[in-house]
Amino acid sequence: MSTINRIPGPVMGVAGLALVILVWHLVTAGGFVSKAFLSSPAATWDALQRGLVSGELTGQLRATMLRMINGWLLASVVAIALGSVIGISQTARDFLRPTLAFLRSLPASAIIPIAISLVGLGPSMVLGVVVFGSVWPTLLATVQGFATIEPRLRDVAQVVHLSRAAFIWKIGLPNAVPDIIAGMRLSLTVALILSVIGEMLSGQEGLGTAILLAARAFRAPELYAGIAMLGLIGLVSSYGLLIAERRIVRWR
Amino acid sequence: MRRWRGIIVPLAILVVAEIGFRVSIGASDSLAPPSRAMVALMSALGDGTLLANTARTLAGMLGGLAIGGAAGLAAGIAIGFSETLRRASFLTIELLRPIPSVALLPLSLLIFGFGYGMEIAVVAFATFWPALILTQNAVAQIEPRLIEVARLMGLSRLETAWKIVLPAAAPRLMTALRLSAGLALVVAVTAEIVSNPQGLGHDLMIAQETLRPERMFGVLFWVGLIGWGKNAALLRLERWLFSHRGEVDTSVAA
Repeated sequence: MSTINRIPGPVMGVAGLALVILVWHLVTAGGFVSKAFLSSPAATWDALQRGLVSGELTGQLRATMLRMINGWLLASVVAIALGSVIGISQTARDFLRPTLAFLRSLPASAIIPIAISLVGLGPSMVLGVVVFGSVWPTLLATVQGFATIEPRLRDVAQVVHLSRAAFIWKIGLPNAVPDIIAGMRLSLTVALILSVIGEMLSGQEGLGTAILLAARAFRAPELYAGIAMLGLIGLVSSYGLLIAERRIVRWR
Repeated sequence: MRRWRGIIVPLAILVVAEIGFRVSIGASDSLAPPSRAMVALMSALGDGTLLANTARTLAGMLGGLAIGGAAGLAAGIAIGFSETLRRASFLTIELLRPIPSVALLPLSLLIFGFGYGMEIAVVAFATFWPALILTQNAVAQIEPRLIEVARLMGLSRLETAWKIVLPAAAPRLMTALRLSAGLALVVAVTAEIVSNPQGLGHDLMIAQETLRPERMFGVLFWVGLIGWGKNAALLRLERWLFSHRGEVDTSVAA
């Protein structure tokens, strides 16, 4: 026990991952699972390399990431602006809280049928759904961030006759930054999920469509390569924002 | 005074939507006024189709939650207990966890075909990770002396998990259950919208495809009601179970 705990963490982590891949290899090599359902690690790696070299996978990756980031940025702007206006006033919060609570409990994907019937199956439908769905986490976090402003700061602002806009800009937003970033991290996850769903339903270019077609054609290596790329997007985006969050919190 | 304020905005939205529709649109294949959506919801509830679809969605949600939650709980306790296991598994967990559950829909459909199997599998995958992480945290926050006492009493690992760890971590686990249940409902409905032809998600898609916007909006309202009701019920249960201990952090809302 004690000797094993002296091994550095990263080495242990890599060893654990290697063990999982070995088991994966043995399961596929032994033929315990049909190749149509589970491709071997080597075949998946091959498919990844081929897709990246030919540029097919890179193009799909780009399309999905652009969709996700565009929708997320738009949603963040809307959410922070709206959240500031709602969060600044106790009255507005009282009026809107139950409505927001109800809207939040709706699965974001449930508005897709409505979006399809209003806009059709185009790229703007997908973008609209991504924006609509990923607005909520950041919006609620911004409202939350404004609700926790130190009451004395409000008093001070009144004494020095700070305008409402100046109060939002100089006191409210800086105070809400940690909440906003945490909300934006959640929003980015939602944006990725909705981008993939939107692609699957509308057939727009991207990883969502790619894995759907790979599964329909029983091309398991391409399917697993696509899933791995989606995992990579999730990993990079959530760690990127986590690092940004830590930096900002430390800077404050 | 404050309570009625929350009702004004939804009422205003409904009234504006109703009047706006009647004045400017009249008839439409993609929109419906709230009154017609309510009538459609009532008749869908009355003829039993909506209740049957609701039961299917809840079955998919609960089945996945039971499997994913139980697996996450077991893995979380094991990892929470063993430093070696924690260090060996963290990289694998951090690499697998960010995979969006919807990425597994085509794979799950390939393996299980249409029906409960594919939906339950994806819900189980989605709920496994929060259950694992939250259980691990709950175990880590247990008073170390409790574990020491268990060791002194000569309890086996399984007994320690059952008699000491679970009761001590119960309030946090209940919060984990509430968060996972919310996720499970969202993933179940999403699976039905994207690929599984059953349940509430499919009901919504069919209403859209057959140009019945009143049913679409009615069902959408119903889905929101179920999500909201489920959250409120679990929150109440949580407070009722653990209020005497005063350990539940009610600020964690989701």
